[in-house]
Amino acid sequence: MALKLHGVAMSTCTARVLTCLHEKEADFELVPVNLFAGEHKQPAFLAKNPFGQIPVLEDGDLTLFESRAISAYVAEKFKETGYDLIRHQNPKEAAQVKVWMEVESQQYHPAISPIVYQFFVAPLHGKTPDEAIINENLEKLGKVLDIYEEKLSRSKYLAGDFYSLADLFHLSYTYYFMKTPRANLINDRPHVKAWWEDISSRPAFLKVASGMNFGEEKKD
Amino acid sequence: MVVKVYGPAYASPKRVILCLIEKGVEFETVHVDLLKGENRDPEFLKMQPFGSLPVTQDGDLTLFESRATMRYFAEKYKSQGTDLLGKTLEEKALVDNWIDVEATSFNPPIYALTFQILFAPALGLTKDEKVIQENEEKLAKVLDIYEERLSKSKYLAGDFFSLADLSHIPFTQYLVGPMGKEPMVKSRKHVSAWWDDISSRPSWAKTLQICPPPM
Repeated sequence: MALKLHGVAMSTCTARVLTCLHEKEADFELVPVNLFAGEHKQPAFLAKNPFGQIPVLEDGDLTLFESRAISAYVAEKFKETGYDLIRHQNPKEAAQVKVWMEVESQQYHPAISPIVYQFFVAPLHGKTPDEAIINENLEKLGKVLDIYEEKLSRSKYLAGDFYSLADLFHLSYTYYFMKTPRANLINDRPHVKAWWEDISSRPAFLKVASGMNFGEEKKD
Repeated sequence: MVVKVYGPAYASPKRVILCLIEKGVEFETVHVDLLKGENRDPEFLKMQPFGSLPVTQDGDLTLFESRATMRYFAEKYKSQGTDLLGKTLEEKALVDNWIDVEATSFNPPIYALTFQILFAPALGLTKDEKVIQENEEKLAKVLDIYEERLSKSKYLAGDFFSLADLSHIPFTQYLVGPMGKEPMVKSRKHVSAWWDDISSRPSWAKTLQICPPPM
């Protein structure tokens, strides 16, 4: 039975899992969730994820939420196929992958996510982007990226000289961030820029990026 | 060479310490004084460029981020001590799911409360009552979801204690202890029973004994 991923292609957290599924060449079905109709807050969905958020993965009897946990499960279940995202045969490398996966979650995400929200989601609620929130988080993101710049001057990717799930976790939010007027935070840092260009040009991500059209005008 | 854990007085390092005790792994601790800014010393930043605690050394491996570190040790020592990751790949996935719930939904509000109520005064800052109220409300909503979850399974990832429950212990201790918010736990029947169970594990008593908190 193929995996079922409940979510939407343009959502950052769904895209995170989609990228992982493509890297692992796993069979899956994307089951759309109607966010605009509030489907994710209805009892049927809350039974799958009581926090009312996408994505949710169903694999037979197993139901999982939290995009990073879902991705880690997929990377381990399919560790023998596709690209090795978790360095499962090298415990020291695997440990560094775990460290930088948490860095994305605990340092990078809290800074970049409010910026992406202000530029892409606030307008949908009829609000103009809040400059104070944007600027406060740009400062935080800049400090994180300074540390990334230094790290990436010593290794090609975050956990070492190998692409891993830690780098992958950064793709979907950074993709939208690069469409804002603040992309210079990435482009002004040479090693971060080179890393971004490398990881965002991987075929598995290009497949997912083609569906990440949040906020774009529909062309008829 | 024995495992070294930096910053044992504080909450996040206690996740790693709990894991090591549950797995029966020997370790040493190294005191780091946050109020003196020792986490901003160049020597410390070389190990942990973000300057936060814990840092853990296992031979020539230097690790940071407590949740990454506890996952590493739970996997490395999976054949000894308490089983913290479940028995199958599916159980491990549920453990990971609920560790991430702790990291993304539980921790932000409880950390904000910890900072405002316990640390701001020591740093010469005035408490922000608005931030306190907002985060208490957020945390209450999360605890309501936990109440429902724990009415259906004994622990967060299933009917077995795991890293997912362990991850909550250090900051929840601050909540029911020095922050004086025990009613948030006690008023929720299943959360209360869960807290009583996990906080009475010998590993937690041992952790508090060898690593007393800074206040």
